[in-house]
This record gives sequence, structure tokens and C-alpha cells, in this order.
Amino acid sequence: MNVPAQETPFETVRDVVIENPVISAQQLDFWYGQSQALFANDLDIAPRKVTAIIGPSGCGKSTHLRVYNRIFEQYRGQRAVGRVLLDGQDLLAPGTDVIALRRRVGMIFQKPTPFPMSIFENVAYGVRLHFAFSRKELEQKVEESLRAAALWDEVKDLLHKPGTALSGGQQQRLCIARALAMSPEVLLMDEPTSAIDPVATARIEELVLQLKERLTVVIVTHNMQQAARISDNTAFFHLGRIIEFGATAKMFTNPSHPKTEEYITGRFG
Amino acid sequence: MTELRLSHRPATARKALDVFVRAFSVLSAALGIFFLFWILWVVLQKGHTVLSWSFFTSAPPSPGEGVGGIKYALVGTLKMTGLACLMGVPVGLLTGVYLAEFGRHGAFASGVRFCVNLLMGIPSILVGLFAYTIIVLAAPRHYSGNAGAFALAIIMLPTVARTSEDMLLLVPDALRESALALGIPRWRVITGILFRAARKGLLTGVLLSVSRVSGETAPLLFTALNNNFYPKDLSQPTANLTVTIYNYAMSPYDNWQRVAWGASLVIMAFLLGVTLLLRFILKERHRS
Amino acid sequence: MTLRRLANLWKAQTSFRKTSAFHRSADRAFRLLTLLCAVSTLLLVGAILWNLVENAWPSITRFGLGFVTSSQWNPVKSQYGAASSIYGTLVSTAIALILALPISVAIALFLTSYAPPWLARIVGTCVELLAAIPSIIYGMWGLFVFAPYMQKTVQPMLAKLPGPLFDGAPLGVGMLTAGIILALMILPFLTAVMRDVFSMTPPVLLESAAGMGSTSWEVTRKIAIPYGLRGLIGATFLGLGRAIGETMAVTFVIGNSHRISTSLFAPGNTIASTLANEFNEADSPLLEAALIELGLILFVITLIIQILAHLWLRSLQKRQAR
Repeated sequence: MNVPAQETPFETVRDVVIENPVISAQQLDFWYGQSQALFANDLDIAPRKVTAIIGPSGCGKSTHLRVYNRIFEQYRGQRAVGRVLLDGQDLLAPGTDVIALRRRVGMIFQKPTPFPMSIFENVAYGVRLHFAFSRKELEQKVEESLRAAALWDEVKDLLHKPGTALSGGQQQRLCIARALAMSPEVLLMDEPTSAIDPVATARIEELVLQLKERLTVVIVTHNMQQAARISDNTAFFHLGRIIEFGATAKMFTNPSHPKTEEYITGRFG
Repeated sequence: MTELRLSHRPATARKALDVFVRAFSVLSAALGIFFLFWILWVVLQKGHTVLSWSFFTSAPPSPGEGVGGIKYALVGTLKMTGLACLMGVPVGLLTGVYLAEFGRHGAFASGVRFCVNLLMGIPSILVGLFAYTIIVLAAPRHYSGNAGAFALAIIMLPTVARTSEDMLLLVPDALRESALALGIPRWRVITGILFRAARKGLLTGVLLSVSRVSGETAPLLFTALNNNFYPKDLSQPTANLTVTIYNYAMSPYDNWQRVAWGASLVIMAFLLGVTLLLRFILKERHRS
Repeated sequence: MTLRRLANLWKAQTSFRKTSAFHRSADRAFRLLTLLCAVSTLLLVGAILWNLVENAWPSITRFGLGFVTSSQWNPVKSQYGAASSIYGTLVSTAIALILALPISVAIALFLTSYAPPWLARIVGTCVELLAAIPSIIYGMWGLFVFAPYMQKTVQPMLAKLPGPLFDGAPLGVGMLTAGIILALMILPFLTAVMRDVFSMTPPVLLESAAGMGSTSWEVTRKIAIPYGLRGLIGATFLGLGRAIGETMAVTFVIGNSHRISTSLFAPGNTIASTLANEFNEADSPLLEAALIELGLILFVITLIIQILAHLWLRSLQKRQAR
């Protein structure tokens, strides 16, 4: 994937200014070994809003997201250069407490990954490590999280069944409940509906709209209708660069950059 | 790409050769099965005569008189294998964890992997010799069940390490990521979630290593020796099944030889059972 | 808005059970523990080598290189040489490989291309079970059942063949019997390797060749064997490693003699069988050192086999990566 030389110097088209961003990526580069995947990304994530990241596959949208909780770190040769501020603190700084960071910034992945244990334990496992709860409080927390993930009514009588016994959509909501139980401030979602059916997808989209009342959501999706339905702001990625960033309503009706228009009208990607 | 140059000999000669190879392969398969059943039959036929409940609960016989039992040897073998597990399994498991979770592609990890393979290939009698030089000779020449268990542990270690690594690598990275992304510390991700996800495979490795050592004689020859008394603890030379079989089989007494066959039958039944069980578990995994 | 977030944050932070500082140091400790275990395997290999050298030292300094070439084994004169044990180890292993390689290839062929799946499953299990029988049972069966059979039936027949290999009295026990039993013991391992190799041959190649009207043996020979040759060499290493250190079965049936003889009927010994037989009775320090030096030689041989196998495997992977 060669980036034509004439595209540099490069300027992202920006139609909104974010006040008090929760997360602010500044001049973020990313490398897989010798090959660069992200180029000088600048992106502000608005608090209690849904920000969508869209773009053709291989454009770096997942890579960008995986910097926010430093999950990329467990692989050799992957490194991020630049600054990513979370509440004003650079989370890429060497002294960052990664365990605390990940409690504050939760993540949902493409494929649901229930732990090999009961539904109750799936939610309780992380909670127990981080909070000093009594049994009663723990049960409350689990119920509250399952309710917040709109799963409680379906599983309240099966709490001791294994998590893998649920359907794909239910498993994904279990993963969301598991993440919510850690009381995160930000929830990252990496194509959370790409592996589940349309009905389950609709439920999760509904859930995302409810969630933004209590936390900030950043969602990577290859489904443009989804981005249009649930997000407030959208960033369009292409070849590791942010081409355009703006209010979703504006970008999908009247994109500023010709590349964005080509992409959302389905001419490539 | 392999070049396809097929022969231009007359068709009849080619057909004949094909028939010959086919026959040879059927014959070879039959030969393998024949030897298996020959050995099984001999052990069953010579061993079953002494089998009874008291064979498992009695003291060993005196030369030339009665069959007695293998209680002491059985208990000694169980105790030594148990102690070997306590030493070999944790070290092997954690070595597997290092290779699968921390080292993975590093040069150091491949060095460790090579050593694990090497340990797997070392003849078991040399492991016995090593245990002799390091433990038996340490206190002025003192043979003990502990030394035997140490030798068995060294034999178990590489098997457990290799299977643990393989089984942990079968757990998808997505599970690791989603656990880490919750802010669960690495060691809790490994011990609480990955071990649980791979538990069947890890258990297979332990079972495999137990089955590997429970038929071993050579590493015990210079370490545990044998004993005619009940193995209260492992600080003394310790009665065990395989060395008992060896000593009895080589003895001139008819009753001892019969006990040797009986004990062989017991070990063989155990090992065949474990092997079939492992095969079943692995098949199950393969299907799911 | 921001105030509420701060309040929430404060609540979450104060109810932390264990600080993440604790988790971080626990993580480091756990990682260190696994590293220590991994290092222990390296130390173990080093310690085995060091101990063998150290304890064999009296014999190494006394006999020097002559230890490898002399076949004398005389406790009365304190003269020891490893030649007969090394010879016996190599010959019995060679017999085992010569017998087991073609048979394992044939069985693997049967399992992968000739037998219907249900039969392949049964036969495959049976061959695998050969590996579950412990060495000592092979030994007992060999000594009490198979050796007498060899003596009465097989060896008299072979004795009619010309050449020095089958000369001498049919004793039953001896090099040939030991080799045959070793072949049986390594058969399941070789078969497993060959079976994997055959089922790895790309089916497209097999089909296209069969489509050109070749018989199934020709397909195998022309296509699977070039692929399989690499596996065959791997299997040889594996079999070599297994057979060379096999102790109990061989000790029972090889006859335990320190004489080198061209006849395969004659009794002999191997490094492992000499150790098993004589180590506990070794009453002089020099004899013990000589026996440990035998062990050292066996260790070095296995080390070389492992290194060769490792290099072979690496070159295979490189070729495949290309």
C-alpha cells in the first residue's frame, strides 16, 4: 500500500470542534514492525457522544482504536508514537498504569468472547479483582450490569449456565455487560456487530444509544448505515490517515472531501 | 512443483507392481496387529492366574512359596509417581506458560524449546544415572524413593511443558485480548481464564506424562532400587512395580516369575486404558 | 456534568480492592516465576552433561581415546573399553530401522490410501497401542516367548542363508532378536510420522496424477514419496533417538556379552544394557566411572541426533516458507 507523495503535506478536513474531549489523539503514528499503519492522526472524542470510525478495510481504523487502551502492546513489533490524552494525561507515557487504564477504557471485540465460566462469573470475574464488594454488592453489580446491557431478562434464571451456551448476539451483550461492570468511562467497540445477525445487531445499536447517557462510545464499523444511525460524530480513515472528521449528519449528507463522498456513496471500499 | 513423469512400462507390469505394493501394505498392517495381540495375549494368559483381590493387598512372597501380592510395590509406585507429579507438573506447566505467553518468538524461547525437546529425547536410563550422581551420591551413597521420584519428574517435565505450550497456543488471542482489555492483570488472565479454557488439553498433558513414567524401569534401577518392606516414606529404597517385575522375572523362582507376569498385566491394563482414554479425549477435541 | 464524572471516578478509585501497583508487581513476579522454570530446563541439560563428565573423569583421564576403540572389558585387570557397547548400540539400532522403516511406510500407506476409514481407525489404534506397552513387558515377552521362537523356528531357517551374518549357534537371544523387538517398539512412532506426511501431500496432486491413468502405487511413488522423503528422514531421526537409548527390552534379550561378533545370532550388548546390567554391581570406582563414561557417550550421541533433527526441521520450514 503506497501512499502517493503528493498527498503530503496532509490536512484533515474538520467540520466540528470538540470541547473538553475525553480522548484526544495528537500526531499519532503507528508501526507494525517496519511498516507504518497510521500517519499523524489527530482526533478528539467528545464526552457522552458516540463517535464512529469508518473507512475501507485496512485503513487503520481498528489499529487506531487499539491504541486507546494499549491492547496492541502485547504483540512484538507493534508500537505507537505520538500522544493520546485521556482526561489530559498522555496514556502512551511510560509510567501509565495500564491495568487502571483498561478499567477506565473498556473494549468490545468483533467476535463475542465469553470466558469459559458461568454467565454470573463472566461478569463478576473482573469486578472481584478491582473492587472490594461484599457478596450482596457483587450480585447487585452483576444484575445492574446485565440490565444495562439489556440482557438481564433473558439470563436471570440461567446465571449459572456457561456463557458459551448463549446465542451470538446474547454473548456479545454479555461481553458488553462484562465491560460495563468495571464502571468504564469510555467504551471502545471494534466492529461489534460484524459477526451477529441483523435482529441482534438492532438490539446492540439500541443499546449503544442508551449507553451514551452514561459514558463515551467510540465505534469502528464497516457498516455506513450503522454509523449514520447511531453516531454523533464520524471520522473517515483512508490509508492510515484521517481524511475527514465532522458531525455525522453533515458528513453523510454533504461530505467535504471528494474521497469521503466516493466512499459513502459506495464507489470504493 | 513436482514434475509428473509417469512410467511408460507395459500396463501389466505396472498393475502387478501395484498389486504387490498393496499386498505388502496390507501384510505390514496385519503384522503390526499380530504382534500387538501376541504380546497382549501372552501377558494376559500368563498374568491372569495370579490375579485376585489379595494380589493387590498382600505383602510380597518369599522365594518359592505362594504368590503373595504387590501391595508394597503398588503403593511405592503410586507414592513416587505422585511426588514426581508434584515436582514435574508445576515446572513443566510454567515452562509451557513462558513459551506460549511470554517468550513466544524470542531467541531465548527457541533455546528453551530446543532444550525441552532434548530432555524429551534423553534416554531414561541416563536420567536415572543423573539422579544417581546428584542425589544418591550426595549423601554418602543413599538410595531412596525420593531420588526415584526426582528422576521421574525430569522425565515428566518436557512432556508437560510441550503439551502445555501447544494447548495454550490453541486458545484464540481474542480471548486473551478481551480479558486484558477488562484491566485483568496478565497473571490472572493466564491462571484464571486461559488455564480454564485449555483445561482439557492441560489435563491431557499431565495424563500423558504420567502414562510415560508409570511404565518406566530404567530410571529407577539406580535410584529407588527396590525393597521388601512397606514404603512408609520415600527416604529409603522403595518398592515399586517395574523394578519388582524386573527382579522377579530374572529370578529362578517360578512363583516370582508368575508374580512378575501378574504385575505386568496390571501395568499394561492401566497403560492401555490411559492411552485409549487420551485418544478419546483428543478425538473429542478434534470434533468440536 | 464534569463534576458528576469526577465524583464517579473518585468512588471507583477508592473502592479499588487491590491497587494496580499490587497487580503490576504480581504480574512481574509471575512472569519471573515462569522464566525461572524455563531457565531450569536449560540448567537441567547443562547439569546432566556436567555431572556425567565430572563422574566419568577418572575413566576419561585413565583410558583417553582408547576407551572408544578398545573392546576389552575386564574388571580383574581394570581394563575397560566401550567398543563392543557402541558397536552393539549401532547394530541393534540399524537392524531396527532397516526393519521398521519400510513396514511403517507400508502401514501408513495402508492407513491413508488403501483402507476404508473404519478399518483405518481400528488398525491405527492398534499400531498406536504398541507404543503404550512398557519396555519391560517387551523384554519379558522377548525373553520368555519370542526368543525361544526365534531359536526354534526363525534362526534355523536364516542359518541356511549364505554369509557371515547368520552364522553360529541359534541361541534365541542376541543382536537380531534385540533388533526385531526394537523395530516393533519404534514402529508406532515412525508410522505416525509417515501417516502425517502422506496426509499432507496435496490431494490435488494425487488426483491429477490418478486422472492421468497411473496406478495408485505409481501415484504414491512419484508424488507422495518425494514429499514423503523429508518426512522419512525426520522419522529416521525420531526412530534413531528412540531406539538408541532403549534399555529394558534390550537388556532382557541381547545376551549381554562384551564380545564383538559379525554374526547377528551372537549375543552382544548396548550402552544402555551394559549400564542396566552392571551399574549396581560396580564395586570399584574406576568401573563406575567407566560405566558413567558409557552414559556420557550415549548422551553425546543423542545430543548429535537431536541437533541434526533440529537443523533438518529448520531447513524444511525455511523451504516451506519460500
